[in-house]
Amino acid sequence: MGVGHIKVGTASSRFAAWIASGFILVAIFLPFVAGRSLLQDLFFIFSMLVLTQWWNLLAGYGGLVSVGQQAFVGIGAYAMFGSVILGNVDPVVSILIAGFAAFVLSVPTAFLAFRLHGAYFAIGTWVIAEVMRLGVAQWKAVGGGTGTSLPRSATRDMWFVDGISVLFDVKTSAARDILAYWLSLFLMVTTIAVIYWFLRTRRGLALFAVRDNSQAAQSVGINDFISKLIVYFMAAFGTGLAGGLIYLQKARISPDSAFSVLDWTAYVIFIVVIGGIGTLEGPIVGVLVFFLLQSLLSDFGSWYLMTLGVIGIAVMLFAPKGLWGLFTERTGMELFPTRRQLVIPEKET
Amino acid sequence: MIWLETLIQGILLGGLYALFAAGLSLVFGIMRLVNLAHGDLIVVGAYMILIIVSILGINPFVATFIAAPGMFALGWLLQRFVLNRTLGDDILPPLLVTFGLSIALQNALLEGFSADSQRINAGALETASIPVGSLSIGIMPLLTFATAILVIFGLNQIIFRTALGRAFRATSDDPITASLMGIRPSSVFAIVTGLAMLVAIIAALYLGMRASFDPSIGPVRLIYAFEAVIIGGLGSLWGTLLGGIIIGVAQTFGAAINPEWQILAGHLAFLAVLLLRPRGLLPRAVD
Repeated sequence: MGVGHIKVGTASSRFAAWIASGFILVAIFLPFVAGRSLLQDLFFIFSMLVLTQWWNLLAGYGGLVSVGQQAFVGIGAYAMFGSVILGNVDPVVSILIAGFAAFVLSVPTAFLAFRLHGAYFAIGTWVIAEVMRLGVAQWKAVGGGTGTSLPRSATRDMWFVDGISVLFDVKTSAARDILAYWLSLFLMVTTIAVIYWFLRTRRGLALFAVRDNSQAAQSVGINDFISKLIVYFMAAFGTGLAGGLIYLQKARISPDSAFSVLDWTAYVIFIVVIGGIGTLEGPIVGVLVFFLLQSLLSDFGSWYLMTLGVIGIAVMLFAPKGLWGLFTERTGMELFPTRRQLVIPEKET
Repeated sequence: MIWLETLIQGILLGGLYALFAAGLSLVFGIMRLVNLAHGDLIVVGAYMILIIVSILGINPFVATFIAAPGMFALGWLLQRFVLNRTLGDDILPPLLVTFGLSIALQNALLEGFSADSQRINAGALETASIPVGSLSIGIMPLLTFATAILVIFGLNQIIFRTALGRAFRATSDDPITASLMGIRPSSVFAIVTGLAMLVAIIAALYLGMRASFDPSIGPVRLIYAFEAVIIGGLGSLWGTLLGGIIIGVAQTFGAAINPEWQILAGHLAFLAVLLLRPRGLLPRAVD
């Protein structure tokens, strides 16, 4: 008998890696040919993809169904505004501060939320986000309950903007869009890479084991508490970064929008569910479907949201693995394989 | 003296929150189902009462009785054909389906009734009050609190004194053994949700008479209700009332100090209880 070895990659994943590299290369050079509105659309898609990947890691892999991720979007956004307005920090640097602020705040939050399980966790995280929204509304220096705008001087003198403006021969406002686009592309690619890397480590494997059969996992001594904690902190950091970036581009903030459960959690949940929860490909498919639906139907306002709710219910009831799950069932293709396969060489005769 | 008045107001406000929460507590306690659309279903109930009152021109209390069978049917159908499919060990499906339902209901109401604030007119009852010593207590809050006690007492009678209640408890403890005894869990659950909707329409009546409402207020009511359920402890309806009172008292005291702190104080009280007693104050069942 030959000794087997473990492999994770598949033919389709190697193909996907080439496609992804090609996509990233095209995306980097896209601002040279693309117009402003396309870049803005892609910024929206990339930043939503960051949020959805983190929520998917929490709920789909970690079993932590949070309804309070808007807390970290909001805290990130406000940390960014606070450091720009009060500390005169460059906005590009302040995005990093946004991530760290969300991470720091996620420590006491985790202390509270990890005492809760299942539905209690969901409601608990929601209440914590509400507490933060109401708390930030008391912070008069950044506009209190009505919110404020980024000072023009800060956004005009932002790092790289002058260089981009000269390089592309465009106005500074267009240069800001290009910068935001690049940052969102970078954040999106890093997010997916980090999550994929984490899922293939032992800590990630612990999550799979507990998710697939928690009793069997416990019987071989797997403690997934640390894995879940790491996932929670990473998600807070990543969500905070995205929050800072999104509000750098919006340049206007208020507690109700930055801590909006609809924008930063409800949409995110629908995207993940429709695309396919518990896979890395699902959120990508979901965010594209979501963007299409939004471009086609957003003029219909409440009809659009009603449709989205009904689609979410239908997918959860009839195709709980989402669109990507249906596709994988038919084709067996995985672009980001995380399953370990045992390969045993055939016996020599 | 002002503090005593604040305390009484808070306790009575707790009655309203207990009414929001009682149906949620019932469903959660018996089938571990988290209905994130509960707040929106209460708002649906309030619009049902509003329509009946404005068409027939009758007293809102009578209108509630007319709306009640419809509300029961809504809950029964919802559980029988949608929510029963989501039950299981995995908590994701019920959370996500009811979350989708919440968004769909809010926007359906928005489409049907616009975003304008509405109110159910209760006539002289709205402002009436009775003097107690040097204080004056509003009839409406008092009536709300009395109704909450009556509803919880009634639900407990059903759960612990009737054959139906025995079926509830048996199915909650062990659906497989219960079905061996000739109980169909799916039918039992449908009745439970129907019953929860009967409580919801009563909550809707007081919601609509005491303050104005619009299609978007469901989720906030849901949060208060959930806080009351969690503070009280899983499966205990009297605990839910206690939880509602704690939220209510915290909110009125917060508001007495600074009006902007009303909601915040309620949430902080909830988080404090969670920190000290994560399973709630009077837990009956094990999660």
